[in-house]
Amino acid sequence: MTGLNPEKQPLLALVDRETPLDPAGYDRKGGWRGLRRALGMSPAEIITEVTESKLRGRGGAGFSTGMKWSFVPKESSKERLKYIVANGDEMEPGTFKDRMLVEGNPLQLIEGMIISAYAIQARHGIIFLRGEYHLGLERLQQAVIQAREAGFLGENILGSGFDFDLHVHPSAGRYICGEETALITALEGRRANPRAKPPFPQIGGLWGAPTVVNNIETFSNIPHILANGTEWYLGLSACADGGTKLYGVSGRAKRPGVFELPLGTSLGVILNECAGGMQDGYKLRAFLPGGASTAFLGAEHADIIMDYPTPEKAGSRLGTGLAILLDDKTSPIGMIRNLEHFFAQESCGWCTPCRDGLPWVERLLIAIEEGRGTQEDIDRLHDAARLIGPMGRTFCAHAPGAIAPLASGLKMFAEDFQRMVSKPASGTAESGAAGQAA
Amino acid sequence: MAKIVIDGREVEARSDVNLLQACLEAGEDLPYFCWHPELGSVGACRQCAVKQYANAEDTRGRIVMACMTPVTEGAIISVEDPEAKEFRGEVVEWLMTNHPHDCPVCEEGGECHLQDMTVMTGHRERRYRFDKRTHNNQDLGPFVKHEMNRCIACYRCVRFYRDYAGGQDLGVFASHNNVYFGRHESGTLESPFSGNLIEVCPTGVFTDKPFSKMYSRKWDMRGAPSVCSNCATGCNTIINERAGKVRRTLNRYNDEVNRYFLCDRGRFGHGWVNAPTRLRSAGYVINGDMTPVPAQAALDHFGKIAASGRLVGIGSPRASLESNYALRKLVGAGNFSTGMAEPEHSLVKLAVSLLAAGPARIATMHEMEQADGALILGEDVSATSPRMSLALRQIKRTAFNKAADQARVPHWMDASVRTLGQDTISPLFVVSPTVTDLDGFAQDAIRAMPEDAARLGFAIAHRIDASAPDVAGLSEAEAASASRIAEGLLAAEKPLLVSGLQYASAALLQATANIASALAARGKTPLISFVLPEANSMGLALMGGLSLDEIAAQTADATLIVLENDLSRRLDGAQFEALVGSAASLVVLDHSVTPTAIRSQVTFPSAAYSETDGTLVSAEGRAQRFLQVVYPDAPLQAGWRWIADMAQAAGLSHVQPWARLDDLIAEIAATMPVFARIPEAAPAADYELEGTPLRSQTHRVSGRTAIRANISVRDIPPPSSPDTPLHSTMEGSYSTDMPGTLIPFYQVPGWNSEQSLNRFQQEIGGKMRGGDCGVRLIDAAGGSGTFSSGIPEAFRARAGQVMLLPEARVFGTDEMSMMAQPIADRAAPAVVRVGGTVAEGARVRLSLGGEIFTVDAVSDPSLPEGVATCPPHMVSRSWSVPEWVSLEITAPAERVGTESAV
Repeated sequence: MTGLNPEKQPLLALVDRETPLDPAGYDRKGGWRGLRRALGMSPAEIITEVTESKLRGRGGAGFSTGMKWSFVPKESSKERLKYIVANGDEMEPGTFKDRMLVEGNPLQLIEGMIISAYAIQARHGIIFLRGEYHLGLERLQQAVIQAREAGFLGENILGSGFDFDLHVHPSAGRYICGEETALITALEGRRANPRAKPPFPQIGGLWGAPTVVNNIETFSNIPHILANGTEWYLGLSACADGGTKLYGVSGRAKRPGVFELPLGTSLGVILNECAGGMQDGYKLRAFLPGGASTAFLGAEHADIIMDYPTPEKAGSRLGTGLAILLDDKTSPIGMIRNLEHFFAQESCGWCTPCRDGLPWVERLLIAIEEGRGTQEDIDRLHDAARLIGPMGRTFCAHAPGAIAPLASGLKMFAEDFQRMVSKPASGTAESGAAGQAA
Repeated sequence: MAKIVIDGREVEARSDVNLLQACLEAGEDLPYFCWHPELGSVGACRQCAVKQYANAEDTRGRIVMACMTPVTEGAIISVEDPEAKEFRGEVVEWLMTNHPHDCPVCEEGGECHLQDMTVMTGHRERRYRFDKRTHNNQDLGPFVKHEMNRCIACYRCVRFYRDYAGGQDLGVFASHNNVYFGRHESGTLESPFSGNLIEVCPTGVFTDKPFSKMYSRKWDMRGAPSVCSNCATGCNTIINERAGKVRRTLNRYNDEVNRYFLCDRGRFGHGWVNAPTRLRSAGYVINGDMTPVPAQAALDHFGKIAASGRLVGIGSPRASLESNYALRKLVGAGNFSTGMAEPEHSLVKLAVSLLAAGPARIATMHEMEQADGALILGEDVSATSPRMSLALRQIKRTAFNKAADQARVPHWMDASVRTLGQDTISPLFVVSPTVTDLDGFAQDAIRAMPEDAARLGFAIAHRIDASAPDVAGLSEAEAASASRIAEGLLAAEKPLLVSGLQYASAALLQATANIASALAARGKTPLISFVLPEANSMGLALMGGLSLDEIAAQTADATLIVLENDLSRRLDGAQFEALVGSAASLVVLDHSVTPTAIRSQVTFPSAAYSETDGTLVSAEGRAQRFLQVVYPDAPLQAGWRWIADMAQAAGLSHVQPWARLDDLIAEIAATMPVFARIPEAAPAADYELEGTPLRSQTHRVSGRTAIRANISVRDIPPPSSPDTPLHSTMEGSYSTDMPGTLIPFYQVPGWNSEQSLNRFQQEIGGKMRGGDCGVRLIDAAGGSGTFSSGIPEAFRARAGQVMLLPEARVFGTDEMSMMAQPIADRAAPAVVRVGGTVAEGARVRLSLGGEIFTVDAVSDPSLPEGVATCPPHMVSRSWSVPEWVSLEITAPAERVGTESAV
């Protein structure tokens, strides 16, 4: 993006949403430096460097990237079949950062994947892209062809003796494909249901082979770490973990969007300086700091440091780092109902609490929103939050993520809920819209 | 073993299982749905939540799914923990949000795992007040009914159908609470194991369609342990009866044999016992019509016939040992035939002698599942012994488990094991002239004509041990296959060899035996199995007797007695006429009307397997007892009782009536050493448990009088039989410690479905608490075995002729099951498959046993030119062995405009 400083905003600096760089142009602007250096290093050295750079996964869970790689069996790519997979199934409501990267600078992702593949010694890579990202798909496919023609993919990359090739796989849909084991299962051509661990994908992933799945933003960091070193990378950050982060806001801000800022920037800076503050006439009431599956934080946290630990201390998570704003004129119950509709619909149907618990939650919320709710309904919502929310109750993290805005919202907006069930009843029949919502 | 603590109680648990199994084995009532003892854990339903504590100091603990948590030494868990209990109750409440609560009209009611688990969790009050989602149901064919609204999405059906049984046409569609388990459209389920869905499904989504047409609640039916008689595999079953009719067949667990599953022929092939084709009275055949006569009149008539000359008896491989023995005794060993024609008679004898003399142990089906290298030589097991093919399918699990061991994933974590194993190759080799269902996951599936398959087998033996004779003139490809298979078998710790009689080839059996001997010579301990044609083929071979071809020389002017055998399936028209026509008179003892019975002078109606008790010897050499569930009205009685009556009528004093089956069994054991152990096959009729005889009714059977109120409202005493240890009463004893051979149904307090089986086992998936089922009569001689050098010539096509091979089928080629309507409905019409190409709609004209048949033809590109297949008994009643035939292909006929009339 014009006007960005590659030293400060490496991820977006070369992003061109009109005409992304080709391999030669990317080279002229400083691309491929990380790859060239990496291919001269040993895989173990790269893993060490990435670990020391304190890069944490940008998909939402925030696990150390270097550590994730270190669990992969160490055989060379010629001795053992291994895979590296980019998770580009960006379906989290309110999150649109990876789209920027694949549409604007696909070669950065590809370079990051080649380096990562070399580090874990994977022969094959797959980019799993959200099905609706048509432009991203087109540009990625073109970039892969160009990179292959330019010798960055294929056999004996840059004379290093390392072979690696990449395939782009557009998703057939479903939010659950963003869960890494469900993504792998979908790639195998099966139903996108998550898998039990063990085996962890690093041991038994795609078609049973060792597999690393990283988020697109995570991979996009890799070339810069290798090109500029750990110290530089740590210096980008405003907190203990390394690098910049793609932050963003949606909702009633003046300029909703995505911004590259030092990791650990405060929401105040993101909202007020980058997004221009709230629209006139609206006040911030609460926000989901990092996507739909993070818990609400109240306006008192409007200046919260958006690093990994701080939102957690406040009772939420950094998540994807793209905040969804709730203003003072929007119904929090409607917002939660909308979110739960999404999560209930996107349940893969594998485990009971998620499959059958979330639709019930949604119907209770519809009933309350429509003025047909009761005090017992609110109690049932609290029960659901208590019973589905804790990790381990469900097969994967989908339902706990779905419960995060509900559980926090029930507390934070208790008065709104109470007000809705205290209204005089508008009817007793329950076969209306709520009943037919499935 | 590990010590674990459950709610303060210290118990010993197996260390290679999960906490759910450990809890169940410790007697805990821990509910579950998606876990299945044979299918393992996947963690979908979240029903088996328990609280686990990190150590003795941990007071908070955390909720874990017991089925997904391994047993570890010192593990401390609580089933009773309030948080865990609340969660389990809520899981059922969630499942119930879309369940229709239609128990009163649901066939599963009263034996529903979902009912049991709902009661167990204590969920009673329905708080969900919104609409339920509904689904459309599908017509899944003649066996299985579909009611998707009842589905609780435990995923067991697809895991069994696809993962375990290899079916393709049942899947899961859609998502969230709208998941749908069915086919892409209505249609007959293709898998021959579809009936297991009925037992695998924890509620009433998949129910038994034939049973539904004559439905009764589980608690109202009498049960009896039985043995499937629809092939030689000897699967253990439970049969249910009410009001004199057999209602259904269920699986009966035998840890070494069929374990948890049956094939559809076994489950749905019993209907012939209720069919109009049954003989229900003695009769004379007058002008081709069966005319009922009083039994005593028929016996008197027999007495007169028998007094005038010699008696010759033809036994049957589908009749019990006891009836065959009785006939053999009546006519004398020298006048007794096994009832099998050549070449079957000699081949079964050969198979038995090779098994008894060879070094390889006869494999149980459970051992087959665990083989780590197997060769199936010249037999389509998927059609001739479907349940065995299901066991052979599990061989891939051996390879999966190896991958799991490397990743330290326990074997019970089913989905994880399948993930890790999905790219491994199964150490299975299939050599067959036709495509078989097992080809799909075999390392090598080789197409070879029976002679060439045998040659390959001999060559494999030679490559394993050079002292086995070599085969001259193998092609390069054959030599390479032989070497590869030899290496595969040598690499295995538990190599398994399977062949059979489908192609009537002695060379195939000998080649298989040679491989076994070669492996033994190399220090291996191979396992072997020969698929035999019928339920008691093995028993008749052990008993001995003449073939039909041999006995034909003795029937002239004799009184010929045929026991439960339709000779028209074994002899072609001319042979049949020669045998039957030469006899002075023909007396038939059978339970169903057959072409043979129609030719008799006198028929006696014998009781079917469901109405009497007896012993069958499976292809594994296992003697097993079937017990009666029906007490038939006179004059139906066991074949051996008729034979004793016939002896009386003819004044033949060397056969005295046996008062009880056990007396006859004791006599057989005493007089025929090979059968010395058959009394051990099951406890005798005087068996008592804790001082009380056993009951075959549940303790809440209802309507005893009401059900026959249209006849009489008088109470009648319960029926009884001196032959069975089960008594038709609600008051006998019944417990989880009863012998596996005597279990009439599975039920324990709180567990009314077949899942209560867990309580009858010493450990889940292990031996029955009350002991093993059946007794092995023969097994390997040990030693090193000898080598046969009967290597056949390679197959050569003949100009102007076609080699017609029998195409075995699960549904259609078997005698008795085809008299059951659901099987007849399921059987596809007979076609001749022709190697090379034939035009669509073409027909073939061929001569078999002197008769001309015209049959629809389809081309089968997997067959070589000059070869065709035809289902035995479906085109020509008697044809069943490979034969050179003249086969004329007629082009599709022009359609004549006859349809306009319709």
